[in-house]
Amino acid sequence: MSKDNGFLRFQGTPGYIASGPLVDAVNCAIALERPLLLKGEPGTGKTVLARHVAEGLGMPMLSWHIKSTSKAAEGLYVYDTVQRLNDSRFGTGDVADIRHYIKLGALGRAFAAQERHVLLIDEIDKADLEFPNDLLRELDEMRFTVVETGDEIVAAQRPVVMITSNNEKELPDAFLRRCIFYYIEFPDVPLMRRIIDVHHPHLDAKLLDQVLIKFYWLREQTELRKKPSTSELIDWISALLRAGVSLEKLEAHIPFVGALLKKEQDVDALNRFDTKGGRVPQRWEELGPKYVQ
Amino acid sequence: MFLDLFYGLRDEGVPVAIQEWMTFLHALEGGLHGSSLLRFYHLGRACLIKSETYFDAYDRVFARVFKGVEGAFGDDVAEKVLDWLRDPKNFPNLSPEELERLQQLSADELMQRFLETLAKQTERHDGGDRWIGTGGKSPFGHGGQHPTGIRVGGPAKSRSAMKVAEERRFENYRTDLTLDLRQMRVALRRLRQLTRAGEASELDLDETIDETCRNAGEIEFVFRPPRRNDVRLLLLMDVGGTMDPYYEPVSQLLTALHEERGLREFQPYYFHNCIYDHVYTTGRMLQKDAVPTGDILRRLDTRWKVVVVGDAAMHPAELLEPHGNIDPRRASPTPGVVWLHRIADHFDRSVWLNPEGPAYWEADTARVIRRLFPMFHLSVDGITEAVRSLVGGRL
Repeated sequence: MSKDNGFLRFQGTPGYIASGPLVDAVNCAIALERPLLLKGEPGTGKTVLARHVAEGLGMPMLSWHIKSTSKAAEGLYVYDTVQRLNDSRFGTGDVADIRHYIKLGALGRAFAAQERHVLLIDEIDKADLEFPNDLLRELDEMRFTVVETGDEIVAAQRPVVMITSNNEKELPDAFLRRCIFYYIEFPDVPLMRRIIDVHHPHLDAKLLDQVLIKFYWLREQTELRKKPSTSELIDWISALLRAGVSLEKLEAHIPFVGALLKKEQDVDALNRFDTKGGRVPQRWEELGPKYVQ
Repeated sequence: MFLDLFYGLRDEGVPVAIQEWMTFLHALEGGLHGSSLLRFYHLGRACLIKSETYFDAYDRVFARVFKGVEGAFGDDVAEKVLDWLRDPKNFPNLSPEELERLQQLSADELMQRFLETLAKQTERHDGGDRWIGTGGKSPFGHGGQHPTGIRVGGPAKSRSAMKVAEERRFENYRTDLTLDLRQMRVALRRLRQLTRAGEASELDLDETIDETCRNAGEIEFVFRPPRRNDVRLLLLMDVGGTMDPYYEPVSQLLTALHEERGLREFQPYYFHNCIYDHVYTTGRMLQKDAVPTGDILRRLDTRWKVVVVGDAAMHPAELLEPHGNIDPRRASPTPGVVWLHRIADHFDRSVWLNPEGPAYWEADTARVIRRLFPMFHLSVDGITEAVRSLVGGRL
């Protein structure tokens, strides 16, 4: 590893509030040419980060959204046998050249491109357990061979690989060893204020306080099956602003709860709490000592 | 000092390997930590720790190792690493000739050799003391001996960092237990067979060509369901205390499950006597392994199959009363039975495997639990029935 510090550095973008350590982790991954593994609760901005890294570095971005049926090989290339069979049946296309039926996947395209790309592998934990292991060599050496033709595709520019995981599954150790890891914590109150300020500038301070008290109170309830996340909070504030909900109303109730709670059981639980005469807190002190500065 | 961090982490059971350590050193050489200890801290964490569950361990080790150095540390932390490696005082077991050779080596080369040696030792984690013996004769005389001599060799016998790391993979549960497992494995295999569900989404190329030929060249696609098991299994296992006599049968079960790679997903958690607010990812049940039970219910959908292994025998208060946890430090206002109820309620299919025979199931707490979970004996027959209850009926 050279001591040359002249690699590209990500500094954050106006549309994304990134903490210092996160910026460091991103730069570390770029400098060491290792994948950056991002974990964290849903809605903490893992996927969005990749987009902003691409924007900040001025690189094009390729995304590969993983599903439970995704196979590692699909990210490299797909051999479209069906198309070839079809072409041979109807005499269209150049059936003799198998290369016409090799379609590169996101990873393959990032390798083949002349320009350095940001490659997002989104929600890698959705896939099969063996999936990350199947990508080890490709991510390490940034090259792979198309078996059908014997062609080797070598990355001209090693892409900046960002991988997100929602922690639904343990990732294999061998895979983890090759990654730089960053866990995006759920934003604390001061950071949340800055995040909201990006999306809803000039929000009334008292209203914002009430909004945050309700939001963090909901998140503290262990009974909830799904905790509301940042993106839901921002949607909720939009809904509150559109409807022009008054401060007094917000102090006593949680209107438009559907924007925050997405599970029937959770809404039921809150209703039960209401009918039993439960009182939602109105001051930070009621949430416990860690919320009082 | 820097190696203390590495070994300290391993002592805490954090799975950090040579590869990560090298990544970290590369990052330091690249000057990525800038000049602040805080950024050094974050850089180390990003490179060495791969799961947020170990962050706490990292914090503790880091605090211990770098206590009081903040002021003394100066600007370039990486320089200190290299200084340390160049300093012969850190390798007291070496002869003068070796020391001389050591000084000729560049830091990079030395690090390389050191890592190579250590990497080898990781591979044969069982032969700690043998390694020291052969270390002197290895081609990496000095490089080989210094890490073993000062760090690994002596202390390794008592503190067994490797063992701790291995423990996390339940080594103790599964080695040399292949004797009587055949039958249980067969019983568990049914868990796979019965659930070969799924839609036909995979092109069956051979069949397609056959069909196309039969169809006089008119293309006829044949699809088949992909071959995979759809069973996701959540194992909740009682360890310690009254379960000690059943350690053996339960470990057999775990071995069988582990070898049963047909499962789509498998997550084991541990508890003692009864389930409360937290369950634990390892059988040692340390505080750092704690996972909120509520989180598991949130994270896993109702299709997960639940297997609880436990003798269901405890003091009634442990099951029914608030603050019933036998460990007062972990007591919580929610009684265990409420959590059991939530689990049974949340998942479509769950079973309770009891290592005790049905004769014991009339005891107070077992009777309560049997109302929540269908209970089966932890035997080959019992498992067969339990599997039927988990996946049968709908197919």
